[in-house]
Amino acid sequence: MSITLKHVAYVYMPGTPFEHQALGDISAVIEEGSLTAIAGHTGSGKSTLLQQFNGLLQPTAGRVLVDDVDINPKAKKDRAAARAMRLKVGMVFQYAEQQLFEETIEKDIAFGPKSLGLSEEETAERVKEAMRLMHLDYETYRKRSPLALSGGQMRRVAIAGVLALRPKYLVLDEPVAGLDPRGREELVKTIRHLHDREHVTIILVSHNMDDIARLADHVLIMNQGRLVCDASPREAFAQENLLEGAGLKLPHVMALMKELRAKGLPVRMDCLTIEEAKREILNVLKAVKGKGGKKHAQ
Amino acid sequence: MLSDITIGQYFPGNSILHRLDPRTKVVLLFFYLVLIFLCKSGISYGVMTVLTAVLMLLSKVPMRMMLRSLRPLWWIILFTFVVHIFSTPGEELCKVAFLSVTAEGIVEGFYICLRLVLLILLSSLLTFTTSPLKLTDAMEALLSPGKRVGVPAHELAMMMTIALRFVPTLIQETDRIMKAQQSRGADFMTGSIMKRMQAFVPVLVPLFLSAFRRADDLAMAMEARCYRGGEGRTQMKALKITSIDYVAWGFSILLIAAVLALR
Repeated sequence: MSITLKHVAYVYMPGTPFEHQALGDISAVIEEGSLTAIAGHTGSGKSTLLQQFNGLLQPTAGRVLVDDVDINPKAKKDRAAARAMRLKVGMVFQYAEQQLFEETIEKDIAFGPKSLGLSEEETAERVKEAMRLMHLDYETYRKRSPLALSGGQMRRVAIAGVLALRPKYLVLDEPVAGLDPRGREELVKTIRHLHDREHVTIILVSHNMDDIARLADHVLIMNQGRLVCDASPREAFAQENLLEGAGLKLPHVMALMKELRAKGLPVRMDCLTIEEAKREILNVLKAVKGKGGKKHAQ
Repeated sequence: MLSDITIGQYFPGNSILHRLDPRTKVVLLFFYLVLIFLCKSGISYGVMTVLTAVLMLLSKVPMRMMLRSLRPLWWIILFTFVVHIFSTPGEELCKVAFLSVTAEGIVEGFYICLRLVLLILLSSLLTFTTSPLKLTDAMEALLSPGKRVGVPAHELAMMMTIALRFVPTLIQETDRIMKAQQSRGADFMTGSIMKRMQAFVPVLVPLFLSAFRRADDLAMAMEARCYRGGEGRTQMKALKITSIDYVAWGFSILLIAAVLALR
């Protein structure tokens, strides 16, 4: 099962002087169970691409399949099935906390399940579950106003509002943008947890290469409306020219390793996490010292 | 869907009409509009029609776009024509039921419709060739003599400018919030009118919140830069009367005199 894009193109305001091609011929597969990152510079078409995943924008050409169902069907009889499929893809927008509107956190998270027409019990059940997944204590927070929380907590509430729909795929657009360092770290951990323990397929848009390096197992890089890279993070980050062309930088860890190599320490370049880099540096240092020690002994 | 709306109809360019001072344009437009109402004879109508056509060509705005501004008023124009055909007394041409069509009616209807079309085209020429910002500048300048009797000219212009500035921002924001709530299962398209209106509550609440937040931020930013109203404030791009304005004025005075003489 997967989200599959087949030759998707998208044009904004066709037929006017403001016509603008945002996406051109994009084909990609996002496998169930993966944690896919979409990277790209501002204006590269990332956000337009995201909105194809649950049919918020309909492609000008090409098809989008969720679990083998076309979510933009031509025949009227397929519409209901398509709508159900679209709801399997949960969408969390940038600065999602700005979409909160209810008086209490509980009511806001319940908006999704209620719109689906679920029973009171089922709704309550889902609200509890979503709050648990987002590490919000149900008894402490349920009666509070979402506007009285910190930025990081508000964003958790907003994400919980989407999780309450029990999406199979969760799309997060810049989920940690604008949060303080602590809020960032906590949210990154929560996303990791959602993927590893709860088996939610995650699609993450970010221009923070460090977050992509430590989280993702699949990277799509966009440049000027085109998909220029579809690979594992290690392969993607090995192509520095391509990154540069797309206006992106190496993750800090890799930049450090590159610098060390340039200074003469023969470390591997493809380390994605700080842990990995630490081990590599220590190993290489040991080896170098060993050799150096022998030289001195001679 | 919402992003497809364009606000105003300013068509960027560098024609003579674009370079004309907005104050000149606003005042001359006012005179021309009054003049059209004073027209009675075929010659005076002819002169005004030629004037409008020449101005349209001078503006270098695509004809198709200009004519499109007539479209919303098409029915009113047609209705006016039909009413005049039947309601003007004179020589009877033929009868439709109990209503009679007169020759005078056709002529009168034609003139009135021409008048409407000219009014619309001339006014839209102003908005096609003048950016909203320049229009508000002109408004401020033209209202400023009223300051002595308590007309808040600067404040009105500032409010207009801010409102215009935030229309696209709010449209974008509405679009985003609608999409976010749609992704949570909200449905704006189906159901009864009551149901659809209720569906907009989750959009309006965040929208108002963010509009207030923006207003607050903007007020803070303006205060931080020592904004204290229009008193003694200068403009970076001050309006300047140039030689084309004098030419426009000279030409217009002659034209107005001629039309008044021929009417």
